[in-house]
Amino acid sequence: MKVKEIPGNFPFKVLNSSESADEKEIGSVYCCDLLSIAMSRMSEEAAWVTVMSNLNTLAVASLTDVSCVILAEGVAVEDNMLSKAKEQGIALFSTELPVFEAASMIGKAIAK
Amino acid sequence: MSDSIKLNYQITDEDFTRAGEASGDVKKRLRQMGCSPEVIRKVAIAMYEGEINMVIHADGGEIDVEITPEEITMVLKDKGPGIPDIEKAMQAGYSTAPDNVRALGFGAGMGLPNMKKYSDEMHIDTVVGVGTTVTMKVYQQ
Repeated sequence: MKVKEIPGNFPFKVLNSSESADEKEIGSVYCCDLLSIAMSRMSEEAAWVTVMSNLNTLAVASLTDVSCVILAEGVAVEDNMLSKAKEQGIALFSTELPVFEAASMIGKAIAK
Repeated sequence: MSDSIKLNYQITDEDFTRAGEASGDVKKRLRQMGCSPEVIRKVAIAMYEGEINMVIHADGGEIDVEITPEEITMVLKDKGPGIPDIEKAMQAGYSTAPDNVRALGFGAGMGLPNMKKYSDEMHIDTVVGVGTTVTMKVYQQ
């Protein structure tokens, strides 16, 4: 499944998208809010589901080359995060769903 | 050596908003140079953790990076409080990060352990009250 297949198929709101991120394949799902752990464990091409909503989340996403970031539990997103996601071309989504439910949906979709 | 590249980054204490820019820049350069994804990942993680440590504990500092065909050397120098007990600081889960830093997703006590894990060589020179210099190497072969 590619990142561009997320809009419309999941109850996620698109906060940022980019042409390059749209074409990325989602290979796995990863959940963790502690950045050091996420950074060392996430695989490239992961869909990262977290409630950690700040610029450092994007720095970690960029350094690890994850396919997209999904902010769960309806956490607030500040403008500087949106502009950074845009600047770095990182696919960013938000959802009211809890982390587990959001991750399960993606997990089921990529397991097909 | 002609095919060595030297880079210098000043790490400022700006509320974490710029942390990651130096490691991001090195990552981009390594990618342009065609380094292996594994090497790039190791350098990016080790250096980002170092950057964050400098911001959390030392109000910033300076990073020198040298890239040669054989290895990438990162020297992170700060004038922070120093590390009184390196052995303790190296323990996964041990952290002296303040609460405001934990709220940002750091402070898991994984910084130095990750730096050690993702570098092929790591050396810490630290003097309490003077500062800390961490030297890390990642081999290209």
